[in-house]
Amino acid sequence: MTSDRITRKLSGEFGIGIAFILEFALFAFASPYFFTPDNLLNVSLQASITAIIAAGMTFVILTGGIDLSVGSLVAFAGIVATSLLKTGLPPAAGFAVAIVTGLAIGALSGAFAGFCITRFNIAPFIVTLATMTIWRGAAFVWTDGRPVWELPEGFAFLGTGRILAVPVPTIIMILTFIASHVMLTRTRFGRYVYAVGGNIEAARLAGIRTGRVLINVYILSGALAALSGILLASRMNSGQPNAGVAYELDVIAAVVVGGTSLSGGAGSIVGTFIGAMLIAVLRNGLNLLNVNSYVQQVIVGVVILLAVMLDQIRRKRK
Amino acid sequence: MEPLLAMQGIIKRYPGVLALSGVDFTLQAGEVNCLVGENGAGKSTLIKVLSGAIVRDAGSIRIEGNEAHLDSPADAQRLGIGVIYQDFKLVPALTVAENILLGTEPVVGRSPFIDRKGMDEKASAALGLLGEEIDTRSPVGHLSVAKQQMVEIAKALSRNVRILAMDEPTAPLTEWETANLFKVIRSLKDRGVGIIYISHRLEEIFEVGDRVTVLRDGAFVHACGINEIDRRGLIRKMVGRELENEYPRAVLARGTEILRIENLSSDRVSNVNLTLYRGEVLGLAGLVGAGRSELARLVFGADRRTGGRIFLDGKEIAPESPHEAIREGIGLLTEDRNRYGLIMQMSIRENISLSSLRAMLTGPFIDRRKEETAARQLSDDLRIKAPDTGVIVENLSGGNRQKVVLARWLNTKARVLIFDEPTAGIDVGVKYEIYTLINRLAREGIGVIVISSDLPELLGICHRVAVMCEGELTGIVEGTEATQETVMTYAHKNRR
Ligand SMILES: Nc1ncnc2c1ncn2[C@@H]1O[C@H](COP(=O)(O)OP(=O)(O)OP(=O)(O)O)[C@@H](O)[C@H]1O
Ligand SMILES: [Mg+2]
Repeated sequence: MTSDRITRKLSGEFGIGIAFILEFALFAFASPYFFTPDNLLNVSLQASITAIIAAGMTFVILTGGIDLSVGSLVAFAGIVATSLLKTGLPPAAGFAVAIVTGLAIGALSGAFAGFCITRFNIAPFIVTLATMTIWRGAAFVWTDGRPVWELPEGFAFLGTGRILAVPVPTIIMILTFIASHVMLTRTRFGRYVYAVGGNIEAARLAGIRTGRVLINVYILSGALAALSGILLASRMNSGQPNAGVAYELDVIAAVVVGGTSLSGGAGSIVGTFIGAMLIAVLRNGLNLLNVNSYVQQVIVGVVILLAVMLDQIRRKRK
Repeated sequence: MEPLLAMQGIIKRYPGVLALSGVDFTLQAGEVNCLVGENGAGKSTLIKVLSGAIVRDAGSIRIEGNEAHLDSPADAQRLGIGVIYQDFKLVPALTVAENILLGTEPVVGRSPFIDRKGMDEKASAALGLLGEEIDTRSPVGHLSVAKQQMVEIAKALSRNVRILAMDEPTAPLTEWETANLFKVIRSLKDRGVGIIYISHRLEEIFEVGDRVTVLRDGAFVHACGINEIDRRGLIRKMVGRELENEYPRAVLARGTEILRIENLSSDRVSNVNLTLYRGEVLGLAGLVGAGRSELARLVFGADRRTGGRIFLDGKEIAPESPHEAIREGIGLLTEDRNRYGLIMQMSIRENISLSSLRAMLTGPFIDRRKEETAARQLSDDLRIKAPDTGVIVENLSGGNRQKVVLARWLNTKARVLIFDEPTAGIDVGVKYEIYTLINRLAREGIGVIVISSDLPELLGICHRVAVMCEGELTGIVEGTEATQETVMTYAHKNRR
């Protein structure tokens, strides 16, 4: 019985976990540089931006929704935050205002999308397709198409700094994933997210305020996209209106490879983490092996497909 | 002569559960063989093996003496096997006609285009056999459960079946529709169709059955002609022990008023006035479509009210959503557990605690231990058949799913509980326990309203029965004068 329960618990992330370990072993074998602390930390840094967004996206997809606006929010939140850094406030206050405002923009965008989805019953795909276009446009309008340069010193630390050799974005990513995992598995909100994704009408009749749950997942997704946008701006030491283009696709890929079902109700944060890492390690490994970047795209695409196929087969057999 | 169908030594294993452990089953042409047994006994599993929906681990299936290759639903259809599943397999977004003719759509001449008119005609014809008039162009998702059931049956009929299996077809139907269904069954019999009939309503077994086959815990227990056994004997074979009484009658101790509704109205309910007292079990009777579920949903804030007032313990409440109703202390066990009750991918435990998570918290976190304790307690009380409370609900048998929704509401500590078809699909043994439980709730001062299409059940457990017809309350019958006749008179009052 207990072994039964353990398989049940593991089965969600089992297949992808194995795939990840295999991939890891393969690259470690093929490239001597791959399995060095330097390189691994580098991979985590590279993965961090999309992985943080993927954590939020997991909540959205679990409810059966989708958030296409994250890539544009990365740019817009980055622009707003970097612009605010140049208002001449004392550094500490300036940083705080910039970051808080950046995050608030992400959250508000999510709240707006969630409101449209629940209040007017518009499909999430459509609503976030619209906000995606709006924020991308807004980023260009705000800056007139030019990057925001000459940021105060110290801001770059967020994106490029290290604490005990670990990149700051990596640390933020890990904290985000721990918090998201706890929220999803241990709180009422997390439980409601699964319930809404599993059967929204049954959830409503069980007394769950489904509209509120939906709005909250988009707020979370928006805020985490904005957080990534700020980290990216810091890493590039500038606000770029064309930052984060097509990130939504990488993010969705990570979530789906991690075993979360696009129809909602099933999946996990742990899966998303492994999914994001699997893709990042793949890119890194192929780089180390000097695989041409066009070929890389083909391989990444094939691996995404294989991972999802394996997952489907596993589900069928259960 | 070879039997129409002979299943032998059928074995089906699920992780941790042996659903069928070598079951034998035979069916003659033109007979109704009733399959009975407790919840989780393996009845539906046996039907699914026959329909090719699941693949058996071992055992043989012969049709008229020939080994049948039965590995997929397509095989079953080719062999003339039709199945009406316990949990319908209709496509909600498609129309009635599209569902009935799914996969067998008529085309215009030899073109690839669907013959719309032909479809409507064929669909109406199949529904006509059932004496049903349903708009063949309305989406199935908009129909009531009872109507959906009719569509499901029509779908099977439209395919010229030789063997027809019905898994609890009458669970959502009332007497009238049931009587209709029985007429259809008899005419199918006359045409030589063999019918497998599953039901937890034993009176039906004795009414339409020719033979009866009993399963218990996945094993074959008994088979005999329907005349060779009586109700008591059948129950004994099913549950493996003697059952004294089917309805525990609680002594009425009517207390103070707990719920009062005045002139409650919506587009499906008009001007209903009703008072519920502590200590009583109030029944709500009526035909399908009479507005009973709709009334319950209004009180529960699930649908929009157009008028009227609700008083709970003398204080007016105006729940705008189920969330608010639950906070006020009103609970509603909805009909149609699959559509409105359960989150299929969630475990038994998570489904039970879903409406009472607030009480399961330690700080901001759900306390697994509190949650598990409550879920374990309730699933033992209701005898939910599963290895543990972590099993996902999708893997439970129909009756056991119903127990899970029931458990959820028992866990909420509501002041008023409305049960819409609480015993749908539940076996006789557990039914008795649910009745006892309902009585206990009433005795503890909780206001209890029971909606049921099973009239003997309502009369057996309720102190008063309110009857509805076409959205109106047409009468209230008190304990002793409550008979099937009086209730039926009120139920037809507005009809002709
Ligand atoms: N997909 C599945 N995975 C695991 N166990 C299953 C699955 N389907 C059914 N079972 C188990 O098999 C057993 C038999 O189930 P089945 O649905 O045949 O019962 P039943 O006799 O139809 O009961 P009911 O009267 O409640 O409908 C049950 O214990 C059930 O939990
Ligand atoms: Mg069943």
